[in-house]
Amino acid sequence: MDFNLKIWRQKNAREKGHFETYHISGIEEDASFLEMLDILNEQLIREGNDPVAVERGCQSSGPVSFDHDCREGICGACSLYIDGRAHGPDDHVTTCQLFMRHFKDGATITVEPFRSPAFPIIKDLVVDRSAYDKILQAGGFISVRTGAAQDGNTILIPHDNAEKSMDAAACVGCGACVATCKNGSAMLFVAARVSSLALLPQGRPEAARRARNMVAKMEELGFGGCTNTRACEMECPKGISIEHIARLNREFLKAKFSE
Amino acid sequence: MADKLISKIPDGPLAEKWTKRKSELRLVNPNNRRKLEIIVVGTGLGGASAAASLGELGYNVKVFCISDSPRRAHSIAAQGGINAAKNYQNDNDAVYRLFYDTIKGGDYRSREANVYRLAEVSAAIIDQCVAQGVPFAREYGGYLANRSFGGVQVSRTFYARGQTGQQLLLGAYAALNRQIAAGTVTSYPRHEMLDLVMINGQAKGIIARNLVTGKLERFGAHAVVIATGGYGNAYFLSTNAMNSNGSAAWQCYKKGAYFANPCFAQIHPTCIPVHGEQQCKLTLMSESLRNDGRIWGPKKLEDVMKLRKKEIKPSQIPEEDRDYYLERRYPAFGNLVPRDVASRAAKERCDAGFGVNETGLAVFLDFSDAIKRLGHQRVQERYGNLFDMYFKINNVSPWEEPMMIYPAIHYTMGGIWVDYDLQTTIPGLYAIGEANFSDHGGNRLGASALMQGLADGYFVLPVTIADYLSNKFAEPKTDTNDPAFEEAEKAVQARIDKLFSIKGKKTVDSLHKKLGNIMWEYVGMARSEEGLKKAIEEIRELKKEFYEDVCVPGEQNQFNQELEKALRLEDFFEIGELMARDALNRNESCGGHFRVESQTEEGEAKRDDANYMYVAAWEYKGENQEPELHKEPLKYEFIEVKTRNYKE
Repeated sequence: MDFNLKIWRQKNAREKGHFETYHISGIEEDASFLEMLDILNEQLIREGNDPVAVERGCQSSGPVSFDHDCREGICGACSLYIDGRAHGPDDHVTTCQLFMRHFKDGATITVEPFRSPAFPIIKDLVVDRSAYDKILQAGGFISVRTGAAQDGNTILIPHDNAEKSMDAAACVGCGACVATCKNGSAMLFVAARVSSLALLPQGRPEAARRARNMVAKMEELGFGGCTNTRACEMECPKGISIEHIARLNREFLKAKFSE
Repeated sequence: MADKLISKIPDGPLAEKWTKRKSELRLVNPNNRRKLEIIVVGTGLGGASAAASLGELGYNVKVFCISDSPRRAHSIAAQGGINAAKNYQNDNDAVYRLFYDTIKGGDYRSREANVYRLAEVSAAIIDQCVAQGVPFAREYGGYLANRSFGGVQVSRTFYARGQTGQQLLLGAYAALNRQIAAGTVTSYPRHEMLDLVMINGQAKGIIARNLVTGKLERFGAHAVVIATGGYGNAYFLSTNAMNSNGSAAWQCYKKGAYFANPCFAQIHPTCIPVHGEQQCKLTLMSESLRNDGRIWGPKKLEDVMKLRKKEIKPSQIPEEDRDYYLERRYPAFGNLVPRDVASRAAKERCDAGFGVNETGLAVFLDFSDAIKRLGHQRVQERYGNLFDMYFKINNVSPWEEPMMIYPAIHYTMGGIWVDYDLQTTIPGLYAIGEANFSDHGGNRLGASALMQGLADGYFVLPVTIADYLSNKFAEPKTDTNDPAFEEAEKAVQARIDKLFSIKGKKTVDSLHKKLGNIMWEYVGMARSEEGLKKAIEEIRELKKEFYEDVCVPGEQNQFNQELEKALRLEDFFEIGELMARDALNRNESCGGHFRVESQTEEGEAKRDDANYMYVAAWEYKGENQEPELHKEPLKYEFIEVKTRNYKE
């Protein structure tokens, strides 16, 4: 398969970015999107080495930087905005689980980073998502000391609650919800953590603090507000439902009333 | 020099050793802990749990990871579960049985005392994780659910769908976040350790490259903990994450830490087969699938040919023409034999010409019986996300046709040599989780990696490291202007300058692929003297080619992923060579290490206890010098060493 790739290039956080277009051919349809980018990078490095190609104006910016790691949809590192959609045209996948068979041969594909004021660009397609860590540091935990826990089976949890909690806990922290949301809201991300814990009996004594502090931190870090457009739910690679946002709101209101 | 290999295993009955050791270990009082600094490199299950627990105790912890967040460490990708001797199923499980299964599964090449301790603390891990809010699978009565894994006859594996590693890591990461918020732990994401700094023979800090700015930075401490995982990416294609690497451990080796059993690499039987030349990563299908999935290949070669030409679908092959070869060869354990056994059996079928895909390197993992027996809903709950994952990659639904699988490199049992306290041969340097060698011998059982990472991080290291630190609190903070830091930083800078100066034509990945081919061919599932010697020679030639012709584009002082890869590949050449050398030395077949010279008439692995019942610990002797082999004899006082038998 052959493609034209229109890719966002940006040297660092300070400089302005721009699109560059590259042609790539000979891609297997079973290759993943990121394998295709690996091949592009091999090509760009070789061209950068070739004085004739450089004279022709090839390869002005070197290989394309992008975040990736596990390549099986669980680490949450990959974060590309492809043809106007977070993680590209397939549903409920991370970028690394997107395969070239979902594109038409000869297509022009636009690749951008996850854009949000809270995710500054580091280079090319790599963004800084440390704001997510900060939100979780504000309360996304149960304060239990190592070694202080009772026997696991003394805490009974109804099967369905455990399953629902797991649905929310499946969040990989990729940032697709923020990149997709017109407001740049991180509500689905925050809700996934708060709701997962809210469905369990553990950690109730600090539930109010958790909801209050995490929401406050989210607002402080420049994420927008939620207006229930459900775009996040549509693009979440793990299909996390906005039902969890409803549960976050409930937790947050309860916390307010308990003040 | 052999006297460095003091294992510090306490005397006395097996079940009392850990208690005895704990009572001997010195303590640091809470007021003094805050004067002590500890560096933890890596934030997988081992690193995150250790850093969180140490922070909670009041130490000053600095934690480093190469990704943008601690949560992305590759522990996150572990699917199937975590073992614990809880005996919640009333199937006569016990600490002793988990210990015994682990020693036997490891083919009698791990330490009795370490493995017993692992089994002993396993139950507390589950309690800890439940308390942290890990949503383990539950039965309808609300109690914790279990499933079974390879190499055992009980159900002791706790799980959260097929995302157990993710959930346990998020638990440890949450504990870590709590300490970061409390100020006891400082987190340095996107930092890569490039050297260990030693002062007066003790580990006192690291040199790390800030992956965003590209600058080299110095960090001092009273002790350093390595929790950076394994070195499986020496094979290029593996189930490891793309950025997983052996470099931090390797720099410790080059500074004098012994490296143990490097040839023990685990080849996992159920991975998605290689699809083509453009592939860079292999995907694991969880071992839990073998609870209900049945592995088979066609009995008739004509069916194989039709399958390869896509003239028939696997589901069209009638029952009587299917060879459920694991059930045939190993009736007692069937599809749940240990990983090394299952991998070799798949290779045997494919070598005999029964591979079912175009490349001839695949067998089937079939769920049709399970779906009939359990119904769609139960199978969906147990394996739904794995089925989805398989479908996304292969465009074939496991609900309709069997999965195609083939073995791939997955885990390394070898690693930095540590004593019972998890301290390396360098004072003040500790290694935990996959980065050390200690608990899995020649083969790790499924669902035991998570157990070991968390056992080391939550319950062992925080106790043992205090013993070393107990007389260090009066020492001043490590001065990063010390000449040792100066020298180490200069050496790293020289390495980087050298890489940029080569200006060759070959990309880092193309050379890494070549290394992977050599490793898979000669240091893979079947190893021979001839092949291993060839591997050493070819790796050296390839390394030469790298230093003459590699191209590292860009600059140092920027975000530069090619430079990151080039630095890691330099180390993989050397790691690969040591793996081959260790495999050459170990002329026996045991666990994942199969020497063709050492097999029974039936083609089963033949161990040689008379000559090889030892840990091979290698000492670095300098650039282009042969490393020195030290042997730590393995003594089995409490169990009878037997030939592994999964047939009856």
